[in-house]
Amino acid sequence: MKIFDLTAHEVRDKLRNRELSSVELTEESYKRIDAVESKVDSFITFTKKEAFLQAKAFDERMKKGELLGDLAGIPMALKDNMCTDGILTTCASKILGNFTPPYDATVTQKLKNAGAVIVGKTNMDEFAMGSSTENSAYKTTKNPWDTDRVPGGSSGGSAASVASGEVFYSLGSDTGGSIRQPAAFTGLVGLKPTYGRVSRYGLVAFASSLDQIGPLGKDVEDCALVMNTISGHDRKDSTSIDRPVPDFALGMKNGVKGMRIGIPKEFFGEGIDEEVKTMVLEAARLYESMGAVCEEISLPSAKHALSVYYILATSECSSNLARFDGARYGYRAKNYEGFKDMFIKTRSQGFGEEVKRRIMLGTYSLSSGYYDAYYNRGLKVRTLIKQEFEKAFETYDFILTPTTPTTAFKIGEKSDDPLEMYMSDICTVPVNIAGVPAISLPCGFKDGLPVGMQLIGKFFDEATLIRAAYSFEKASVICRQRASIMGGGVNEL
Amino acid sequence: MNYRTLVGLEIHAELLTESKMFCTCSTEFGGDVNTHCCPICIGLPGTLPVINKRAIEFAIMAGLSANCKIAKKCKMDRKNYFYPDLPKAYQISQYDMPICTDGYMEIETESGVKKIGIERIHMEEDTGKSLHTEDGSSLLNYNRCGVPLIEIVSRPDMASAAEATAFLEKLKAILEYIEVSDVKMEQGSLRCDVNVNVVADDGRKTEIAEIKNLNSFKAAAKAIEYETARHIEALEDGENTLKDTRRWDDVKGVTVSMRSKEYANDYRYFPEPDLVEMEISEEWIELIRKELPELPEAKKERFVKLYGIPVYDAGVIVSSKALAAFYEDAVSRAGDAKLASNFIMTEVLRRLKETDANITDMPFNSTDFANLLKFVIDGTISNNMAKKVFREMAETGKKPEKVIEEKGMKQITDESAIEEIVVRVISENPQSIEDYKNGKDRALGFLVGQVMKASKGKAAPQTVNRLIRDKLSNL
Repeated sequence: MKIFDLTAHEVRDKLRNRELSSVELTEESYKRIDAVESKVDSFITFTKKEAFLQAKAFDERMKKGELLGDLAGIPMALKDNMCTDGILTTCASKILGNFTPPYDATVTQKLKNAGAVIVGKTNMDEFAMGSSTENSAYKTTKNPWDTDRVPGGSSGGSAASVASGEVFYSLGSDTGGSIRQPAAFTGLVGLKPTYGRVSRYGLVAFASSLDQIGPLGKDVEDCALVMNTISGHDRKDSTSIDRPVPDFALGMKNGVKGMRIGIPKEFFGEGIDEEVKTMVLEAARLYESMGAVCEEISLPSAKHALSVYYILATSECSSNLARFDGARYGYRAKNYEGFKDMFIKTRSQGFGEEVKRRIMLGTYSLSSGYYDAYYNRGLKVRTLIKQEFEKAFETYDFILTPTTPTTAFKIGEKSDDPLEMYMSDICTVPVNIAGVPAISLPCGFKDGLPVGMQLIGKFFDEATLIRAAYSFEKASVICRQRASIMGGGVNEL
Repeated sequence: MNYRTLVGLEIHAELLTESKMFCTCSTEFGGDVNTHCCPICIGLPGTLPVINKRAIEFAIMAGLSANCKIAKKCKMDRKNYFYPDLPKAYQISQYDMPICTDGYMEIETESGVKKIGIERIHMEEDTGKSLHTEDGSSLLNYNRCGVPLIEIVSRPDMASAAEATAFLEKLKAILEYIEVSDVKMEQGSLRCDVNVNVVADDGRKTEIAEIKNLNSFKAAAKAIEYETARHIEALEDGENTLKDTRRWDDVKGVTVSMRSKEYANDYRYFPEPDLVEMEISEEWIELIRKELPELPEAKKERFVKLYGIPVYDAGVIVSSKALAAFYEDAVSRAGDAKLASNFIMTEVLRRLKETDANITDMPFNSTDFANLLKFVIDGTISNNMAKKVFREMAETGKKPEKVIEEKGMKQITDESAIEEIVVRVISENPQSIEDYKNGKDRALGFLVGQVMKASKGKAAPQTVNRLIRDKLSNL
């Protein structure tokens, strides 16, 4: 097996056994990038100098016999909406094309402290708005399983960088499914933590009340290890919650015996691919064979989640993105008369179509006369959806659904039809609306493309999700499948 | 036709916290341009606000002092608008759940005490400052950006410029007392908007005009007077005024329309998603209440009762916390509360008014002032001389004993010395003696004056009076 084919915890063991040095591993990572990056376009920025400094520091500490954490010395990538001190952070937007923050996001800081080797910043849909990574001002990332297809979005670059073996894990951000949907499309495990579990400080905001940072990895254990590193209360983020962080890897091998699993019928309805449905239901059978109990449940308000999402998320984004006006930093239009004209031209030229569409939608929803009909109504439905989940979790340990209605679609296939594109998040969005955690992991293949299933959990109960996902992963052989670009693929099954 | 004016005020006060509303940057006034700034207060991407607990406590203190209800739960909202001095393009403020509501303050009017309602007090962050240069470019200073503010919104309960001024002065005194703001209008830490309209006896009324950014109480009063006249004129002409936002042109003494309210911004308020709802417990409010100092009203009552000074004098003295402290300190040292109050009401206030200064700006302190009073009390100098000494103290900062010595102002209290002068003056003024015998009392005053003149003002007046009467009755 090639090094780039290994999981993060496997390379961690090799580092600890001195089979490899971090510098060698980092060299491997950039070699892999040289080989495949032109085909997948995962990255916007590389941070080679900083990466090797960190790798060297790791090797020196190893020599001294220091005990180092699980992620130390391992190459990884950050979505380009997480601030990195002294390194370009563009959000894949023209308007932030020249923005170099003088500070680190809390997750960046935590990873640096843990000794992680940050290889670069990954491509994404502009300001995390999109489901395909086609909305980047710089490039379109391709799916490593089939480069004619999208890797999903908006964390498509982060997903592709791991699925193609360029790095061993990555961080994405998830506002309506932006970690889980690309994880499903690229055959990875992706976790959206409970809102408030991971600090948002330094994450360039799209929709503050929905955004959450989480890991993308080749297996469940990798995601657990990353969660151990990035979780926890942060005084710099008032919405981060002061609750103890368990060791997520600790209990994951305890099995699912006696667990109760809810299967909401609303997530298996119209628009969901038949084969996808079948595979997720097969996964349910597998859980039953391991001693869990599966029951059909109903979450009737969930069908409104997408509407609520496009009201609340766009409202918040219209406000969050207002600061990009060319006055202080970032792109500024060349010719203008007066500051109003400068604002208008800068924003007209600097933002892409999808971002402008959402800013307009949000501005409309918040404007006086429409606020009650849209934004306020949205908040009320949000409460209903949340209550439905809470009610379900009184009985069930987790909820099982497909992650996406279909497998990865072709590049360009949905870019002319925003509504069609929005539908690809229909299973993931309710989770963000409720603020609960969810994990996506591969449960099968359709026509050589991965299919993802989603486990949704109670507030702050990522541990149960990780445990359940780990059990499935061990019971099936799917997690060992690698993308065709890795020289693997389903054909070798 | 009679007309009734309705005046409502919106006052912004910068809070005296050491750090800003949502970050740890200094709130100090001045400082080099853009030196009190960090990624948070200038709203760089990814940064998040964290609310300053002290700012909440200050807002609660202001609310308690203005008899407001304190909200058990409150939240921050975003007020969205584009302007270069607003780096996030929204201001974090409070919309439908302000921290304090339904209060009042009492003011003195010609017809007695009047209650002015306070609709709400809410918290928000200040903006930066734009500086427009002659060549047409704009420069931005973000030092003020994110400084905590409270906005106090009164009900339209004031009926004149005088009442509005009384309210502003009272409010200023309270904020100064509780030390939540330094209330310096000239530095922009207190700013005021005025809402005016007029109602006629027959029920017709004008639309509200809002006059923005008045930077002195005088300007506020003048603007109210101007607007009242403008509105009455409109009603008399059978017209109405437009609902609009205006500014006061101090040079021309007129208000000028800025924009019509119809075209006003839609601020698209919504709950600030980066901050969580705040819970304010009864215990916390009680702790803050205990932190509050004695307020002007209570202090005034105490002064009247304890020191026996007139209500009016007490009201004037307590209008400034520093002045009240100065007074109390002087009384505790010199002893004579009435003498101290008289002296403050006349000489001290005149001096402060002439130099447009505060008591703390004076080059002498309450100990020096108390010593001056002591010299009057023990007869070393006369009241008249004390005024001269005070003037010298105020101008040069010299100690009273030094002024008295330098100018040789010590009173002559030695009776034999005064008697000598009295005898001489009487012998030099036979005509006055005739007049006195003929019942002309004025002659007595003249003789006293002559003696004072001859002693260069140093003779103790009571002694002079007594001796002259003695001599004349013995003639």
